[in-house]
Order: sequence, then C-alpha cells, then structure tokens
Amino acid sequence: MTGTTTASGLHLPRYHREAPELRTPVGFPDYKSTALRAPLRTPVDLPQRLTEITGPVLGEDRVKPEDADLTLRRGGEAVGQRILVYGRVLDSDGRPVPDALVEVWQANAGGRYRHAVDSFPAPLDPHFDGLGRVITDSLGRYEFMTIKPGAYPWGNHHNAWRPAHIHFSLFGRAFTQRLVTQMYFPDDPLFGQDPIFNAIPVAARHRAISRYDLSRTQDNWALAFEWDIVLRGSDQTPFETEDDGDIA
Amino acid sequence: MTVNPLDVPDATGPYQPRSGQRGTGFLTEPFRLGVTPSATVGPYLAIGLTWPDGAWAAAEGTEGGIWIRGRVYDGAGDLVPDAMLETWQADPEGGLASPEDPRGASVYPGFRGYSRVPTVEPPGEFALFTLKPGRLPDGEGGLQAPHIDVSLFARGLLDRVVTRIYFADEADANAEDVVLQSLPSDEARQTLLATPTDDGYRLDFYLQGDRETVFFAV
Repeated sequence: MTGTTTASGLHLPRYHREAPELRTPVGFPDYKSTALRAPLRTPVDLPQRLTEITGPVLGEDRVKPEDADLTLRRGGEAVGQRILVYGRVLDSDGRPVPDALVEVWQANAGGRYRHAVDSFPAPLDPHFDGLGRVITDSLGRYEFMTIKPGAYPWGNHHNAWRPAHIHFSLFGRAFTQRLVTQMYFPDDPLFGQDPIFNAIPVAARHRAISRYDLSRTQDNWALAFEWDIVLRGSDQTPFETEDDGDIA
Repeated sequence: MTVNPLDVPDATGPYQPRSGQRGTGFLTEPFRLGVTPSATVGPYLAIGLTWPDGAWAAAEGTEGGIWIRGRVYDGAGDLVPDAMLETWQADPEGGLASPEDPRGASVYPGFRGYSRVPTVEPPGEFALFTLKPGRLPDGEGGLQAPHIDVSLFARGLLDRVVTRIYFADEADANAEDVVLQSLPSDEARQTLLATPTDDGYRLDFYLQGDRETVFFAV
C-alpha cells in the first residue's frame, strides 16, 4: 500500500495522477473559449493532505427514483430515440465506487438545451428537461433511461457542431477524485471537427466513447449503451511504485 | 537524405502486446485502469448541477457562520458569469465529515463542509455560507492554516482548476502553513487570501493575467 505516513502517524492514500499525455489539458487552442479562461501559469504541486484525500458524502436523499428516467417528465413522454445508458463507476485500481452520486445533463433529441442561453432554433420538448441523477449501487453500477441527444451547432468555428454527448458529474470518495466529463456515442461522424473531443489526447479518447450493447438493448423499447467511468485510484495494491504520473 | 527502405532494425526484445496488462500473464506495473478524461462543464451546467441548497456548507443560521463572496475574472478582466465553484473544508475543530479521514469522520452540528455555487447571481458573484475551518495536521509535524479547497468549473475550462481559500486575518497560522510558504512570493500568496468583510470574507479569482490566482495540481 502506497501513500504517506505523516509525522503524526496518519496513513494517507495518495491518488494516482494520470500522465499528461492521457489527461485532457485545461486549455486547448482550437476551443476558443479557453483562450481567456484557461490559466496560463503552471499549476503548483499540492501534496495530497487531509483535505484532498477526503470528500463529502452525498447520498440517497439527493436523488428520487424518477430522476433515473429522463424520458418521462411533466406528465408525458420525451420525443426521441429511447436509450438505456449504464455502466460502472470504478477507480483506477479497479475497485467499484459504490453509493456515489452521478449527475447527468444533456440536450434534447433536436440538440436543444432547456437553458436560457441556448438560442439554437430547434424546438424545446415539453416533456424533456435533460437532467438525471442516480446513485451507484454496491458494485458501483449506475443506469438511466433517456433519449439520444441531438448534435448542435455552437459557433466555435464555421459550421461547428458538437457530437452527441451526455454530461456526467461524479464524486468519488475524495476531493482528488472529482470528475466532470462528457460521454460520446460510437462512430460519431462529428468527432473529427470537434475541438472539445479532440482536446482529449488521442490515446485516451476511446475512454470517452460509450459502447453499443445489443445484450442490454430492450426488445421493442430502447437501445443500450454501456460506459464505464474510471476515477483516480489510490494505488492501494501490493504492486506499488514510488513514481507518480508516469504509469499509463 | 537517402533512406534505404530495407534497413530495418532488429527487434530488441520479444513482442509485447500494446495493452501491457494482458498477454504475458504477469503484471510488470501496478494494475491500473485508464482514468476517464475530463471535459468542460460547458455553458449549460446549470441544468445538471444546480442545487437549491448548494450555498449552504453550513446550515442557515449556524452560529459563527460566515458568507464568503467573490467573483471570477477572465484574462480580459471580464467577469465570468457562467462558472461554478465547489468548496470542501474542515469544520472549526479541524475535523472532516468524511469516512476517508484516517482520524475518523467528524460530525459537527449543522455543518456539511461542502458547497456548490454558481457565479450567475447579479452582479456575477458567488456567495457561500460556511464556518471558518480549524487547523489540520500538515503531515510534516506542523499544522496547516485554516483553508478551503476549491474546484472551479466553467465553459472554456476543459478540466476543473483547483485552488485554496486562506484567510488574511490568520497571519500567524498562514506564516506556518507549508503550502503558503512554498509559494514563490507574497504576491502569489496574496491571491489566496480572503479579506474580512461585514458578514464574512471576500476573495476574487483571476483565471489569467498579472493577478492570476495560484492554481494547484492535486
């Protein structure tokens, strides 16, 4: 078990940091909004201490059963291709992350978000608000029913279209593990021109793409997509290394 | 330069499958799954990440409660009106409401220790209600100064950026804090010091520029 034992005898885990060539950079020139927002100075290394290796416990009380079905809102059915999205939340040591809050949000089938600043002239769907919340089970599994989001234009460059995606927000056990990301769908023809997708280093892009799953596809009802999400692990295996950040 | 197409170096070792973790039957490195890459929260984060009780790291009315307010600025000096801050901190006795704390999870009445606030409130401010944290062991035999860990999310940031809030009126504790003292200059330390106000503290964050906030890699 790696980590550090402090002078006061506390053993603290050390959360592995993915190598830079496998991590999304904060800024990416082709994504124009990063130009004035992504910090320009090199971040200062912050050794992981008590505040960093702990995190809030956010439980069941934040989630209602109906939050797992985005297709039924305000007394009606959302328009679009029904999909089941499911998977596991794991840490990079391969351990499931149980009882974890998963928050998702997305555009409707026409590519429109129910948000004041979205002016894309695709219709809003009265029965779709685009918000889902679930808690992972004891094996780290999550699933929700939704509709496949549409692609939408966003003005980053001429004819810029976001590939269909679902936003995911995850807490692990520790501040260090916090992750907000986007899930994509297989073989999207819009990947090539999307700087948000292409900001992910080539070697890690496949980790952001879900897999179509015929076995979970529901006959006469909904397609299924599987997506496992991996948070940073704490190297708590017998095969340890003192190097940080150089192991893929 | 002439290249001989038949000049191919001999292999220097046995073929290794690219996965590295399968095929030989032996692990040469720690077993590790690839961490899911982050992505921006985008402009529509309010749909998914709005909590009615987000601002209340301490319950409304908790004795000793303070408001921490501030703004987020971009490299042009403009307000960032679509950012979100999350904060995580110890309670006033230095305990953490987390079972991951090797000292044990603390329970402090009315205290959650976590807040999530947008910067959309007019005029582009965030405001969170909390208790001033106590000091924590720094792992090097000393104590950390009271601090709050901050994750900042926004459109135009492909990953969260992490910083800390310290308190300008904790000069003695700050002078002993290993993180603050590791920073290169007073100017850098200053970017993390919240200053007292009528009902708490105030700290603005600068994503870029001369006053760029010190951000941390955790």
